Amino acid sequence: MDAAPIIAARGVSKAFQVDGRVVQALRDISMYANEREFVTLIGPSGCGKSTMLNLIAGLLEPDEGEIAFRGNARARRLGRISYMPQRDMLLPWRRLLDNILLGPEIMRRDRRAARQRALELLPLFGLEGFEDSYPFELSGGMRQRAALLRTLLCEQEVVLLDEPLGALDALTRRTMRDWLIEIWERFQQTMIFVTHDVDEAVLLSDRIYVFSPRPGHIIRELEIPLPRPRSEAMIIDPAFLGARDAILAELGLDHG
Amino acid sequence: MADRATLRRAIGTRANWVLPPLGLILALLLLWQAAVALFEIQPWLLPSPLQILRAGWAARPLLWPHVWQTTQETVLGFLSALVIGLSLGILIDRSPRVRAAIYPLLVFSQTIPIIAIAPLLIIWFGYGILPKIIVVALICFFPIVVNTADGLRATDPEQIALLRTMGATRRDTFLKVQMPGAMPMVFSGIKVGITYSVVGAIIGEWVGAARGIGVFMLRATASFRTDWVFVSIALTAALSLTLFGLVTVVERLTLGWHYAATRQERWEEISEEKR
Repeated sequence: MDAAPIIAARGVSKAFQVDGRVVQALRDISMYANEREFVTLIGPSGCGKSTMLNLIAGLLEPDEGEIAFRGNARARRLGRISYMPQRDMLLPWRRLLDNILLGPEIMRRDRRAARQRALELLPLFGLEGFEDSYPFELSGGMRQRAALLRTLLCEQEVVLLDEPLGALDALTRRTMRDWLIEIWERFQQTMIFVTHDVDEAVLLSDRIYVFSPRPGHIIRELEIPLPRPRSEAMIIDPAFLGARDAILAELGLDHG
Repeated sequence: MADRATLRRAIGTRANWVLPPLGLILALLLLWQAAVALFEIQPWLLPSPLQILRAGWAARPLLWPHVWQTTQETVLGFLSALVIGLSLGILIDRSPRVRAAIYPLLVFSQTIPIIAIAPLLIIWFGYGILPKIIVVALICFFPIVVNTADGLRATDPEQIALLRTMGATRRDTFLKVQMPGAMPMVFSGIKVGITYSVVGAIIGEWVGAARGIGVFMLRATASFRTDWVFVSIALTAALSLTLFGLVTVVERLTLGWHYAATRQERWEEISEEKR
């Protein structure tokens, strides 16, 4: 296995112009993700986590610093890293199957093979029998699963997930979390995950970066020593509790 | 059993939409008929609906060439407006500079009275069909441009970002996200445009033409054939409604998803309220 990280950011800063004022979103971020690693960025709302994902995806370029893909800072990242935004972004005029096949369609891959693969995966995503449904006919959880399936069908080595469970109610969220663990164990892609839910972060990740409030920078990096496969039962494991308390302390929430 | 109930409810809803306007129109016509008879109004002043119907039926062979002429002008003018309107709308969305340059001119073009332009068009292009097509196009291209530009502009930027992460070109995002998303707005513009289009053709004919509903209307007025004036009004309305209906059918066929989604939302709102 290649030892070099698949994604490596070095000294990345990014500012935005908002109503004539300059707002520093990220300051001197250095982070990496190894192949098949599950890395989480956690931090308070507005700390620039999503900006970091946009930078990694190639939608934005850093003001300072660089982001290397497979060791190459000048590599084109758009079209090579799949991205799941916070909202499902399903196209309302497309039926489910056409929605999840958007990636292969844009990349001009063989349609029949992609369709075959999508149909095989539908049951695992609990979407069997809904391939002809329009997005408005699906529940919130189903839409989110469809969005994840669309992301995975892009078949890239790196997947960025921006609070994929954020829009769901607590109950659906918990089911989706267990299920997301299962999906990851199975697909083994490199995942970079953004959340502000500490339990979610610890349960899913191999490594966690804790972000400060704006301007976002990394205040702590933690390895999660929990064994794989992970399960919901681990939330009483001392390693889980230790990591959770450490993150809460960094975020200034330990007095709760 | 359940299916039959759903069917009956569907028919019931349809009837709820169709019956009230139909009933009102019928009642007004009856009132008109009765008033003409009761007050013994002269036919040259105000003919009764039945007299108009009889006059129209009798003048069938005379009317057909006029109706056909106006239909051609309207359809050709509307199609030109559609092509120009969509292209301009897309152009406006493409570049902020084009938007800044064209938008004020567009609004200005709508403030010029068509009645003033129509004679000029006759001077420039003669008495043929062309000046009428231009008048129709001038009248109905504006709502199409504005709605196309606004519809394209309303695209969710995150949606475009998502496609870009898949390696989409500008052409991809336009064809797969922007254009389909703008279609409901585009159709609204088309419906406003098509409603005015027949009236546009008639204004064009008034200024100078040999044939058309507008010409027939002028001749009827000049010879105090008030019944024929009403016949041409009825024909204008019928033509407009037919064209509007055709657009609606095309819209339903292409935007099935949109109607279904909107219906669902309304239904959810209603159930929320009941709770």
